[in-house]
Amino acid sequence: MKQHFDILVVGAGPAGVAAAVCASETGRSVALVDDNPAAGGQIWRRGGHLPEQARTWLARLDVSRVMRLQGWRVVDSPEPQTLRAEQNDGAGSDGNCADFGYKTLILATGARERFLPFPGWTLPNVMGAGGLDAMVRGGLPIAGKRVVVAGTGPLLLAVAAHVAERGAQIVAVCEQASMARLARFAARMLREPGKLMQGAGYGLAMGPMRLKTGCWPVAAHGSNRLRAVTLRQGAKQWDVECDHLACGFHLVPNTELPAMLGCRMAQGFVATDAMMRTSVMQVYCVGEPTGIGGVDLSLLEGQIAGLTAAGRTAQAKDLAPRRQARLGFVRALHNACALDPQLRKLAADETIVCRCEDVRYAALRQRTNWREAKLHTRCGMGPCQGRICGAATEFLFGWGADSVRPPVFPALVSSLANLPDGSAGADARCVAAGIFSENSKETA
Amino acid sequence: MPEPARSILLTVNGALMTVAPGTTVAAAVAMAAAGTRTSVSGDPRGPLCGMGICFECRVTIDGVPHQRSCQILCAPGLSVTSTERAAAADTGAQRRP
Repeated sequence: MKQHFDILVVGAGPAGVAAAVCASETGRSVALVDDNPAAGGQIWRRGGHLPEQARTWLARLDVSRVMRLQGWRVVDSPEPQTLRAEQNDGAGSDGNCADFGYKTLILATGARERFLPFPGWTLPNVMGAGGLDAMVRGGLPIAGKRVVVAGTGPLLLAVAAHVAERGAQIVAVCEQASMARLARFAARMLREPGKLMQGAGYGLAMGPMRLKTGCWPVAAHGSNRLRAVTLRQGAKQWDVECDHLACGFHLVPNTELPAMLGCRMAQGFVATDAMMRTSVMQVYCVGEPTGIGGVDLSLLEGQIAGLTAAGRTAQAKDLAPRRQARLGFVRALHNACALDPQLRKLAADETIVCRCEDVRYAALRQRTNWREAKLHTRCGMGPCQGRICGAATEFLFGWGADSVRPPVFPALVSSLANLPDGSAGADARCVAAGIFSENSKETA
Repeated sequence: MPEPARSILLTVNGALMTVAPGTTVAAAVAMAAAGTRTSVSGDPRGPLCGMGICFECRVTIDGVPHQRSCQILCAPGLSVTSTERAAAADTGAQRRP
């Protein structure tokens, strides 16, 4: 099965929604493919308060003629100008796989949290900051639960405010950045009125501010699930009991698909021109993969790419200066969230770094690069394909990522071979690269 | 705002439960006080990223293994099995390798 579109957009967060809506409103045929059950990405996730801006854009999407493919994840590009995707809840043993052809591709693959390993971080109920928020929006009861929020970045306050609003008891919000660094960032934010008001709103919703700066978790305790966390601030160290630890160290861009398609990268992000064109013909990239800059910048980039791809160059060029003006915020955010070098000492020898394959710090610290670590320890060779441990080892050891090869997500053998649904039988459930094979000692 | 009706009936590790529409399978598994998967060295795991990246929340849904429970919504009649059954009482000791 293959369907063709003028413009294919991957990722239905703010950037992807803006791109798809703008392109579709010109009359082009547009499809929007997204891994999540509903449009909005991580920042406009349903199951809670949605800002006015989100409601407006999602309403525009609702009335548009965009073909929406929610719950599909892109796994491969079997031939030029074609992406192959698998449906997440493709029921039955044969899955559900389809090809989408395009004239122009707009990549809006978003960002994920950076996780740093520390003793106990693999215990159930230790999650990302955005991770806990997503779980709560997905129905996880949080009222009355004791929550420690930790890591770095503006997400921490937003998450603390949201779970507090749902009745959680915020034990502490621990920001690794120093007060001096935060103050510099706050001064910069005075020039971003919308964002400052948002920050103030978070502070109010949380009640008495329990924000600690220069502070981070050094260990999580519990046997089958989290029971307590040890926090450190300077020379001071103490334990707090809690039900959840929501811990994320800012964001890293999802660049696997752009990299697989051959888009040129610059300092870990996808390089684009002012009209969001990548180095690959007819491929655009928008939002966090081009630089972590938040919703407003993502919306601008999405509109620029959507309009340019649809031939409305003049309209797109009118928006370019507004984008340019916001790029300073990307740098300010990057500097504010720079990780304290002391965080490199969080992992002990026995601490697991690669959660898929249970590879411990001691096995990794004798390796010299990511490729060698993969070959000798299976680090980054599990189903997340290094999405979690890659960002950690980048910080811990300064390792750079390998080249990206298909599939960009674990996929059924039948999908990769383009076999008719079900023809590979039950064995097709053994996925590519032996990821879930019996060799991995894992049962599900 | 009134809580939406808990109208979806499913089973998690054989036990019947009802959840509100829009609930993810990962949240239902947590409500059933179960973990999601067992790591390759035998430790219990639960969801980490909540957005389909980390693969820690994998469970078996209607007989299909390795489904990311955070990316799939509960639907009537789903049968969910996780390898980490209801956690034993917490002894307070940190798990050692």
